[in-house]
This record gives sequence, C-alpha cells and structure tokens, in this order.
Amino acid sequence: MSTIKNRLSVDENAPILTATALTRLYGERVGCRDVSFSLWPGEVLGIVGESGSGKSTLLRCLAGQDRPTSGTIALNFDGVPINLFDISEPMRRQLMRTKWGIVHQNPRDGLRMDVSAGGNIGERLMDRGDRHYGKIRSSALDWLSRVEIETNRVDDYPRQFSGGMQQRLQLARVLVPEPKLVFMDEPTGGLDVSVQARLLDLLRVLVRDLGIAAIIVTHDLAVARLLTDRLMVMKDGAVVEEGLTDQVLDDPHHAYTQLLTSAVLAA
Amino acid sequence: MSAQTIDADYNFGYLDEQTKRMIRRALLKAVAIPGYQVPFGSREMPLARGWGTGGIQITAALIGPEDTLKVIDQGADDTTNAVSIRRFFARVAGVKTTEKTNEATLIQTRHRIPEYPLSKGQILVYQVPQPEPLRKVESSEVETRKMHAWSEYGAMHVRLYEDIARYGRVATSYSYPVMVNDRYVMSPTPIPKFDNPKMDHMPALQLFGAGREKRIYAVPPFTKVKSLDFEDYPFEVQKWNEPCALCGARGSYLDEVITDDRGGRMFVCSDSSYCEDRRDAGHTGTQIDWAKDKAYLDPNPDEAA
Ligand SMILES: Nc1ncnc2c1ncn2[C@@H]1O[C@H](COP(=O)(O)OP(=O)(O)OP(=O)(O)O)[C@@H](O)[C@H]1O
Ligand SMILES: [Mg+2]
Ligand SMILES: [Zn+2]
Repeated sequence: MSTIKNRLSVDENAPILTATALTRLYGERVGCRDVSFSLWPGEVLGIVGESGSGKSTLLRCLAGQDRPTSGTIALNFDGVPINLFDISEPMRRQLMRTKWGIVHQNPRDGLRMDVSAGGNIGERLMDRGDRHYGKIRSSALDWLSRVEIETNRVDDYPRQFSGGMQQRLQLARVLVPEPKLVFMDEPTGGLDVSVQARLLDLLRVLVRDLGIAAIIVTHDLAVARLLTDRLMVMKDGAVVEEGLTDQVLDDPHHAYTQLLTSAVLAA
Repeated sequence: MSAQTIDADYNFGYLDEQTKRMIRRALLKAVAIPGYQVPFGSREMPLARGWGTGGIQITAALIGPEDTLKVIDQGADDTTNAVSIRRFFARVAGVKTTEKTNEATLIQTRHRIPEYPLSKGQILVYQVPQPEPLRKVESSEVETRKMHAWSEYGAMHVRLYEDIARYGRVATSYSYPVMVNDRYVMSPTPIPKFDNPKMDHMPALQLFGAGREKRIYAVPPFTKVKSLDFEDYPFEVQKWNEPCALCGARGSYLDEVITDDRGGRMFVCSDSSYCEDRRDAGHTGTQIDWAKDKAYLDPNPDEAA
C-alpha cells in the first residue's frame, strides 16, 4: 500500500498527531472516553461504529473544534511539537486554516453559499496572504478540474451546483492550501450511492496523490475499506478494536466488530 | 460667517460634561489604536434620524469656544443637513462657522474629504453609518471581532476577488476598505474611493463616529492608510474625461448634475467650497456663463433662505 511505504519512508518522523487518553463528557453522558492513538504523515485512519458511539465527538476534539474534558492532543507539523489546547485560539485558528482542513458532511457548513466557486476555493489562499489575483484564479481553475467540475463554472454560486458537486467544491476549498491533515465526518453521507462512488474515488486519488494524512468518520464499512489504511472501531464512546483496515474487516477480534461486519455482509 | 450668541438653555456643546468625558476617553483609545473600533455609550442627539449622530457627538465632545467649524454633506456646505448642523453648533457652542477648508479647525463631514489638503492641527470628523468593514462577508459580531483581533482578513479580499471575477475590476466605489497602520482593516465610511488616498499620511487627525452602532475609531496624523487591492489589480480611483464645467478643475471629484429636462447634464466639483474658491480666483469651465445662475445648481434651493 502506497501510504504504508509513505509511512516507512518518514519512519524517523514523529507522528503528525498523537491523542492521549482523550475524554469528552457531556455532563453525565459520555461523548468519548480514554481514546489514545497516533497518526503518521500520509496515513488515512477510519473511525467506524454505530450511531451514538462517539465518532463525531472524537473528531471534533481532534480537529480543535471542541475542547476535551481531559486528555491531550499533540501535533507535530514541520518538526515543531505543539499541544493543540495549550496554544492560543488565534494560533489554533491559524493552524486550522493552513495546516489542516475539515470536510463537513453538509457542504453548506463548509462553503460560503453567497460567494462564487472560485471565491470559495481562493479564500483559503487569500487567508494565508496570497495577493495575486491571476495566481489565485488559476489555482481555483486548476482545483475545479481536479475535483472534476467544469472550469467554466468557476463564477457560479454553490447553490447552482448539485449536492455531489457542492461536496467536490468543498473538497477543493479544503485541499487547495495543501493541508497536512484533513478531518472528514461522513463526507459522502448525504449523497446518492452513484454520486458517492464518484466522490470516494476522487477522495482516494487526491488523498494518495497529495500524501495527506486523513481521519475519516463513517458508519459505512465499504467507505472505510476503500479509503482507509487503518481502522478504529468505537462503541459507547470507547475504541474497542484497532488495526489495519483489511485485518479488522476480514478478521475482526472484538465481538462488537464481528457484529458490525456481519451486519454489512448481511445487508 | 460670524459667531452667534450661545443658547444658555444647553450645556456648552449640547452634551453634558460626563458624556463628553466618556466620548473623549473613547477617542483617546481610538487614537492610540489606529483603525480599531472602540465601543462607546452613544447618546440621543436632537437631529433627524438617518443623518446619524456618531460624528456629531464627537464634534460635540471636542468643540471649544475658539474652534471654527465647517460642515460638509456630500461635498457641499449648503445642503439642508450641513446648514442645520452648522446652526446647531453655532447655537449650542457659539462657535464661528466657515465654508473655507483652510479656516476650519474642526470639519464635520459626511461622504467626502475636502479637495484642499488638510493641515496639521485640523480635525476631520466623519459620520459613519456602518463601521464594520467585515459585515458584508461575516454577519456575526462575535466572529468579526475575532477576525480583527487576529488579523484574519482573507475574507475581505474574497469581496475584491468576486468583483474582479464578475466585472473585470473592483467595482466597489464607496466605502472601499483600507488597511490602517498595517494592522486593522477599516471602513472609510461612504466616501468615494477617490478620497481614499487623501487619508494616507494625512497631517490632520481623522475621527470616525457611528452613533447607531456605538463605535468610534480614528486615524492619527501621518498614519499609513492603504486601500486593499491585488498585486496585479492595483487600487485605482475614479477618473473623469472632462474637467469641472464650472471651474475647469481636473483631478477633483465630480458630480453629474442634470441641467434641464431634455437630458442636458454636466460634471461639476462635488466640493462646492473648493469650486467656488477656484472661480473666485478666476478659473473658468465650459459652462461658466450658464452657471452664473447659481440657483440652478443648488440641490436644495429652498435652503438659500
Ligand atoms: N452536544 C452534545 N450534548 C450532549 N450530548 C451529546 C452532544 N453531542 C453528542 N452527544 C452525545 O454523545 C454521544 C456520542 O455522540 P456522537 O455524535 O459523537 O456519535 P456518533 O458516533 O457521531 O453518531 P452518528 O453516527 O449518529 O453521527 C451520544 O450519546 C450523544 O447523544
Ligand atoms: Mg456523527
Ligand atoms: Zn469646480
């Protein structure tokens, strides 16, 4: 697998992200608890589990959108280790807009609906200080074609796009600054099966080509198999099984994972 | 124009001393942090709604007996609003008023910066309807404050990008956003972008008041003010193909004036005092004979009374 090679080639490097004993409580209720793992550069990690198992809660904490009740998230970009919740909010926001990206399930949450497709893609470049219109414009066009949207749609608004196109546009907006790490919560959730397949294919190619590390939440094991190198299975807020995706899916050890995989096979 | 007798029913400058103190403190803070919007406890003023009272409150808090006040509305000194504000301050502060830019110590303005360069010691007070330059890209106040606090101004350039993508150039011609002192993005109020370059390193102190939105901001003398732009689409001001029809000025901001009901029109200086001054000095434009009928040009002829 290319990402495994990738990982070996940067073996001396520290993990890009290390979560230690992450717990997020909502009062008495457990969002997620005692989650620890590491993610290496270029690696794609899947989080699966039934509804309410804590996938989104965990992802929000990892992405810096929600503060865990306890535990730490250590990041390592460019060899500079930082603790996500020790740094100031502006630094965290800066990181969020440059080093990593978040793909929302609903494209409306990740796009500016009153700004053209080109403006949506260009914003991330302007955020980091790009001030050459011509270059911003050509990046926008380039990324539109990479996500398979006709470049003559560059001045159209997202609302003039289909759901699948909106999601691909969101992907372009997230990927244009070439983040090191991307978080996705059910990125194909709201889409038809055929539209999903195309988006998945695109995601797979882009993530591999760019060598981005990604954490993808999904309840769809087929999506997990297609996109991820490694899998964490969650139940009641905790990780019950973890391993290489093919091993977890083909040879599940935990009874709950066995149930999950057989449910898919049965379906 | 001469000083009037002060109306003893009001405190000097209309506002009470506590309110003036509060506004002056906000002003000091604003001057200390150029371009930063300082909240203040805006008061009611006895003026028509819509004109806005932020600038008038600043003027009321600063004005002293020795001041000479000029009031401009859309460039003109003789519109209803300009006249009534001048009268107001003549009455509550007994100050001298003037139409001449160089005679004024305090200039209260809406929509224009005078054509004559301002000098050290003068204060220009702007009337601001909407102080937040980021409002058009972000509706949440909490979020715009963070964007200012952390200089997250990419979204501002998205507006310019959208203009160029759609019209081939930045179409925004009023309230064109500026970067002050390399730190805060600021709205210069609805002045035409033609006036933006005048703000840069201006020797006079520039103060901005938004009454409804309860914000004061400032540009101290000799401060860098840069209009936002792209490297390959540099900031440009409006240009006219013809000079002022009355005084022949090139390089002043011109308003289009309809001269008759048969589609006749001409371009004249929006800064009425500047135009008059030039004509007094003997400059003429193509329409000079016609323009002697001054009532014809007056946008508010009933104000002449
Ligand atoms: N904001 C919140 N306030 C209170 N409880 C919450 C909140 N968000 C999540 N929870 C609870 O935390 C637990 C985990 O929820 P979470 O949304 O992380 O699950 P999930 O695995 O993403 O589910 P789904 O597959 O349905 O999206 C659930 O019991 C949920 O009710
Ligand atoms: Mg969820
Ligand atoms: Zn003129």
